[in-house]
Amino acid sequence: MTFVLPHGYRTDPDGTHPAYDFAGYRSTALRHPQRPLHLLPQRLTEVTGPLFGEDRLRAGDNDLTRYDGGEAVGQRIVVHGRVLDGDGRPVPNALVEVWQANAGGRYRHVVDQWPSPLDPHFAGCGRMITDGDGHYSFTTIKPGAYPWKNHLNAWRPAHIHFSLFGQAFTQRLVTQMYFPDDPLFFQDPIFNSVPDEKARARMISSYDHDVTSDHWALGFKFDVVLRGREQTPFESEPDDD
Amino acid sequence: MTELGCTPSQTVGPFLAIALPWADGPDVVPEGTPGAMTIVGRLVDGAGDPIPDGLVETWQADPQGRFAHPDDPRGPVAPGFRGFGRCPTDEDGRFWFRTLKPGPLPAEDGACEAPHIDVSVFARGLLNRLVTRMYFPDEQAANEADPVLRTLEPDQRDLLVLRSEPGGELRFDIRLQGEPETPFFRL
Repeated sequence: MTFVLPHGYRTDPDGTHPAYDFAGYRSTALRHPQRPLHLLPQRLTEVTGPLFGEDRLRAGDNDLTRYDGGEAVGQRIVVHGRVLDGDGRPVPNALVEVWQANAGGRYRHVVDQWPSPLDPHFAGCGRMITDGDGHYSFTTIKPGAYPWKNHLNAWRPAHIHFSLFGQAFTQRLVTQMYFPDDPLFFQDPIFNSVPDEKARARMISSYDHDVTSDHWALGFKFDVVLRGREQTPFESEPDDD
Repeated sequence: MTELGCTPSQTVGPFLAIALPWADGPDVVPEGTPGAMTIVGRLVDGAGDPIPDGLVETWQADPQGRFAHPDDPRGPVAPGFRGFGRCPTDEDGRFWFRTLKPGPLPAEDGACEAPHIDVSVFARGLLNRLVTRMYFPDEQAANEADPVLRTLEPDQRDLLVLRSEPGGELRFDIRLQGEPETPFFRL
């Protein structure tokens, strides 16, 4: 029997992802490879990937506002959206892990020395699995901006870290979700490390009044797009390119 | 069908330890699994200094060369075999995994991929993950025929082969920059 490799996943256009060597972000200096990367053809190990189930979740993993028996301080928000592939198909059963600073911009981590108080009722991490339609949702506190030492008067725009598994090793993605109209974008090298302006805009959530609930929480929508699958020539539409 | 642009990658930042480590992360197979081996390694930067805020993930086939995934229709994998490992680095840059050696994989034209483990590296200062592969030292003939390894210069290939340690573990050190820089792949 002839073995036929399953279809791979399309590579992203130049400018979609940051370069490893980005002078504006100082931590890249000693952590980027100097040799060119080798092309890894997508074979069985790359087109498969870990698939997770509800057993990875604990009760309350989708509500970050109730740590240790009390209510977290800050602006309560609901973040929701869909995980899609590059053809707009929903990615079901995708594990989504999130982590973030509290309302004052402080992370619950020993290395974070920013003198803004920890919140005893905010741990700052959550975990979800997308439903059959690729949808996820969690309740949290809007994170604060915080200073860092990258350059003089450097501040990170408010953001939530996202880690996602699609259906394949090739689709694995770690990114950050930003909030609309943040005045700190212009000076943030991590946000601006993405060369293509349109791609950069895909990291910004949108305010969603349909999800905002009366006297409770503001809604924000954030769709995440993972790579789409290669198609055979006769599967693609004539005007596709 | 409309093509959508992908969401860009961003760094995991310095605080991934809040969310990403799992208690059973390094257990690709559970403790006590017959034939299990331990892979150890150290993640270092361009100055040779340990990276204490990194995360290493692995993905591999089971000993029969199978994946628990719909794109691999050849049958179920060994019971208890997760195939996926995840380990944060400690203050000395060290990471480890408990796993079984994967089997060879079928390739086109009757060829074969040598047993290997795909690796992702995440860290502060890495704006995108870095991908590499581990190969096995007792598979010299298969490694020489491997369609991926063959595309590398011989001295680069050696850097992707695990080293046997006196205690029986296998070692895979990862150096992000400088000599000897680990060969990395783009997907």
